[in-house]
Amino acid sequence: MSTPQPPMPQTAPEWQAAPGSPYPAYTSPIPVVRTHLGHAVASEWTKIRSVRSTMWTLGVFVLLVVGIGLLAGMVVANSSSEMSGENALSLGFYGLLLGSMCIITLGVLTTASEYGTGMIRTTMTACPSRGRVLAAKAVVFFLVAFVVTLVSASLVAFLHVAMLEGNGADEPTGGEWLKATVGVALYIALLGLLSLAVGSMIRHSAGAITLMIGALLAPLVIALFMFSSSLEGVRQALFEYSIPNQLAIFYANSLSDSGPSGWDPLWILLGVTAVALGCAFALLEKRDV
Amino acid sequence: MIELEGLTKRYGEKVAVDNLTFTVRPGIVTGFLGPNGAGKSTTMRMMLGLDRPTAGDVRIDGLHYDRLKDPLTYIGALLDAKAVHGGRSAYHHLLCLAQSNGIPGQRVHEVLDTVGLTAVARKKAKGFSLGMGQRLGIAAALLGDPRILMFDEPVNGLDPEGIHWIRTLMKSLAAQGRTVFVSSHLMSEMALTADHLVVIGQGRLLADTSMADFIRQNSRSYVRIRSPHREQLLDLLRGAGITAVETTGGVLEVDGGAPEQIGELAARHGIVLHELSPQQASLEEAFMRLTAESVEYHAHAGSSPRSWGEDRPRRRT
Repeated sequence: MSTPQPPMPQTAPEWQAAPGSPYPAYTSPIPVVRTHLGHAVASEWTKIRSVRSTMWTLGVFVLLVVGIGLLAGMVVANSSSEMSGENALSLGFYGLLLGSMCIITLGVLTTASEYGTGMIRTTMTACPSRGRVLAAKAVVFFLVAFVVTLVSASLVAFLHVAMLEGNGADEPTGGEWLKATVGVALYIALLGLLSLAVGSMIRHSAGAITLMIGALLAPLVIALFMFSSSLEGVRQALFEYSIPNQLAIFYANSLSDSGPSGWDPLWILLGVTAVALGCAFALLEKRDV
Repeated sequence: MIELEGLTKRYGEKVAVDNLTFTVRPGIVTGFLGPNGAGKSTTMRMMLGLDRPTAGDVRIDGLHYDRLKDPLTYIGALLDAKAVHGGRSAYHHLLCLAQSNGIPGQRVHEVLDTVGLTAVARKKAKGFSLGMGQRLGIAAALLGDPRILMFDEPVNGLDPEGIHWIRTLMKSLAAQGRTVFVSSHLMSEMALTADHLVVIGQGRLLADTSMADFIRQNSRSYVRIRSPHREQLLDLLRGAGITAVETTGGVLEVDGGAPEQIGELAARHGIVLHELSPQQASLEEAFMRLTAESVEYHAHAGSSPRSWGEDRPRRRT
């Protein structure tokens, strides 16, 4: 040990004495701290920034959102057709839809990769309050995902509006600005949080990522091939509540006129995520690590 | 101090840990011994609150593990060296653990230095050799400078130098008044490090005794005699009421005999002795005899399965 230790006299062990009597216990010079959520958050922040998968997923995310956004903006700006009655913000949708898969991946990895590597045993030994670990992961991941999405989406939104100024596009209102920046950032970060909860429940990275990408794309794809008229109602619901359509609602670009509108998608996802986190917590408490 | 009371873990029908009751005391190294699959790791996982016991209780200084507010300063554990994210550097691995318990960051450098990993602190853990991984696990266990230390098979895969290092470390930790609890399936390793011994087999407690007592009770001591006048000596011993058994190579063995008595007897009758030595059967042998009925995975020699417990030719030490 490199810390100075007080010399311990070689006394006979006192543990043979009556229970409750003092025994020659070692006392550490390290101050005893009552840990709280803040410690766990600091720990999770170190974890998320010290693995390469974070840089990769977020790097690809920014690349997709900004890159595809720029491409879409350039194509529209150079075309002769005018964007009458639409605002330029809606062009941010494509990049964000593709980029959401990166956030889903990072969300799953935040929890599930600890099971794959065995790190979870070390984590739970260091912080036996399992709920606190899950909460800290959720807080850190949500903030990271929200900030990165907000910055990328805002950058693309400004670029689009600037590029398409003379193209007949509507000047976006304050509400539209809010939805296309803060709104989508909250939505994408929540989607990542849902993936985090699913990763914690499934404990297997590949499985959880597949499930989440399936949830993202399957309803819309299935609905596309639902031709039977007796299934029209199901088809409509799949369209309206599919994640891509819900994301499009933030740009006032819904596939249908009925169904959720305005900020509804956020409240729906908030409910689903809360339930998923609740289940993840209950399973975490119940199962062995 | 770690106290177990009727600790039991069942996986469906299979009982992994069966009603274990014992206490791990401070100031000494307690060895936790059992064959593979005896339930050692499961027991340790329950101590750390990773697995929930089916029945019974385990307390650390009187508290359940999940009641400990800053567990790393109470108890440091090396469960398996692979419980690390391979993509993270040794430094960041220890830093995130330190932060979760409010341990000053300076301590990370100290433990890296203690285990000799300072030079590779910024390297990814997946590039570490078995021995380096084990050292990183020990650094994590020492991080909070805890008063209880728990090591699960710490010498696995280490080279002789590493094994020696761990042995010395464990002894010095115990000498500082800490509780040291270390598991192994190698009796010979325990004999060198442990002061106290807890032996389990198929989840059941087989022995909870001091190392010295264990050796006394479980190892056969005998006197080994070689003499050119074997027949004469045999008659002499028989006459004195001592039963000697002839084994291979003309060697005589007296179970539990006193070499002084035999030597004096032979001298009085002018019998030349080439060897007169007190012997103890190996501890490994004692351990195998103790756990004979509870070894889960028997190795079958050819077509005739034979349990370790059967009386077989004894190996000499």
